[in-house]
Amino acid sequence: MTLSIEGVRAGYGNVQVLHNINIQNIRGGAFVGLIGPNAAGKSTLFKTLAGLLKPTSGMILIGDDDVTHLTRRDRSRRVAYMPQAFGCNALLTVFESVLLALKQTTGWRVKSDNLDRVSDTLSALGLSHLAGRGIADLSGGQAQMVAVAQTIVRTPEVILLDEPTSALDLHHQLSIMTSIRTEMGRFKPVVMAALHDLNLAAKFCDRLVLLREGKILADGLPEDILALPDIGETYRVQTDLERTQRGALYVDARLPA
Amino acid sequence: MTVDVNPSAIRKAYAAQVTRRYGMIAIVAVFLALSFFLDIATGPGHYPLSTVFDVFLDPMSHGVRLKVIVWDYRLPVAVTAVLVGALLAVAGAQMQTILNNPLAEPFTLGVSAAASFGASLAIVLGFSVIPAVGPFLVTTNAFVFALMTCGFILFATRLKGVGSETMILFGIAIFFTFSALLALMQYLASEDQIARIVFWMMGSLSRASWEKIALGALLLGLAIPFSLLRTWPMTALRMGEATAESMGVDVGRLRVEMLVCISLLAATAVSFVGTVGFVGLVGPHIARLLVGEDQRYFVPLSALVGALVLSLTSLISKSITPGIIYPIGIITSLIGVPVFISIILSTRREKLS
Repeated sequence: MTLSIEGVRAGYGNVQVLHNINIQNIRGGAFVGLIGPNAAGKSTLFKTLAGLLKPTSGMILIGDDDVTHLTRRDRSRRVAYMPQAFGCNALLTVFESVLLALKQTTGWRVKSDNLDRVSDTLSALGLSHLAGRGIADLSGGQAQMVAVAQTIVRTPEVILLDEPTSALDLHHQLSIMTSIRTEMGRFKPVVMAALHDLNLAAKFCDRLVLLREGKILADGLPEDILALPDIGETYRVQTDLERTQRGALYVDARLPA
Repeated sequence: MTVDVNPSAIRKAYAAQVTRRYGMIAIVAVFLALSFFLDIATGPGHYPLSTVFDVFLDPMSHGVRLKVIVWDYRLPVAVTAVLVGALLAVAGAQMQTILNNPLAEPFTLGVSAAASFGASLAIVLGFSVIPAVGPFLVTTNAFVFALMTCGFILFATRLKGVGSETMILFGIAIFFTFSALLALMQYLASEDQIARIVFWMMGSLSRASWEKIALGALLLGLAIPFSLLRTWPMTALRMGEATAESMGVDVGRLRVEMLVCISLLAATAVSFVGTVGFVGLVGPHIARLLVGEDQRYFVPLSALVGALVLSLTSLISKSITPGIIYPIGIITSLIGVPVFISIILSTRREKLS
């Protein structure tokens, strides 16, 4: 299975946000980092891929199927989208909130198999001790993990994560990204994540796509993309790409003099 | 770090929680049954529960007089209390979910005020919105105005940029508009008409009739499966609109479908008994504290709690002063509010288990 985005244009009303987006042949099991400054169109691209926004032209191919014409429900079976984090005051437990995500696409009755999937997902993401906790009582980081669990539990072909690490401390940033990578090994989805931390992107992604003003500036391996002068220019900083002693990529960024 | 619990332990904990939820529903149902029969037993002549139960099962078992009292006088009132309580609470529960606001209910959204105005039009001017309804003039007018108000709310949700907070503001605007119009009608009315308007507004179960009960039961019978079918999208909506949409829920369409359903429930309930505030608020609220917001348990339990509250109200309205039935609208607010506040203060969040 591969995901290809071909000539996608989309926007709100008369304002075009995405201009001819092409991202070809993302293979299942690949972790793609979507990078770019605020208002580059990352969330808009995710909404378009998730079916919340209709593209004015272009195709979104999962395998050989163009999914742009699928109903929202059918689309959500194949693509799971985690919007940017916000609080929620519902009186639901963590278990229930993950179950409800699964039940949007699996029929009315709760089957034994559904409950297995919820509990397996929770323990795989290290959330089992929170299963009975109310979601309104979670910390920002815990809530973010639950939101990730809500996408993974559905084992879709494509998972879109809008800033999955934005609310997290360093430990939780690493642990959420590691958990996602481990889970990806199980059912080989395409995972696309919008990331602000370039070093985190370098560490976990197989491929980076640089977006700016609704256009794709670069698409390739992290070490190639992060070395481009475009990076500094896009973020309006000066950057150097270095290797640490352990061999990890490190983007050294500073404000221009 | 995280203490990891194995998946089967999580499943067991969830299964235990589900059992507790059914337990809650069963307990409230038992209380409701008890309150229902006490309500029938209470009145100018007080009968033991066992007698009431006998007559309930076999009308003629204690003679014609008791058959008439139980079946013709008290049973319609008791059933109406249960039914209207359930209608108002289900309407309130769904409004709170789709508008994401714990204050939403037929009363706060102005539906009751609109119904009162409709009723006053009939009482003062004899004006009927639908011609030739005969004895149902007041009820029909109240129903039509309540439904029109719901229609307006429905229309308003379709407007661009109208969020759930704006909806409540709309509700308040509707409330004040109809209150002013109602005041105008009272200004124009004769003393006798004012008395009738005021009595209508205070809410009374004595307008019960088997025809109304049949209609209300039919609507509730349709509304509960209708909402249970949408139980997963509705539960998802509690995660927030954006999250629900990201899960594939067509939020706009869901809102419209549910509002149509709620409108019928609310308009029916209000036109039957007049203004009964608070039940639509307290029923869902208590249900939420008991079972959380998985709609599979929340909606049926809201119905049961609403029914219990109004049934108890009916019982209390007859018990304060023997021989006098106080208007239920007064009872729900006066006694209900302190009880409600104490429940909120004593439970709050951590009750979710």
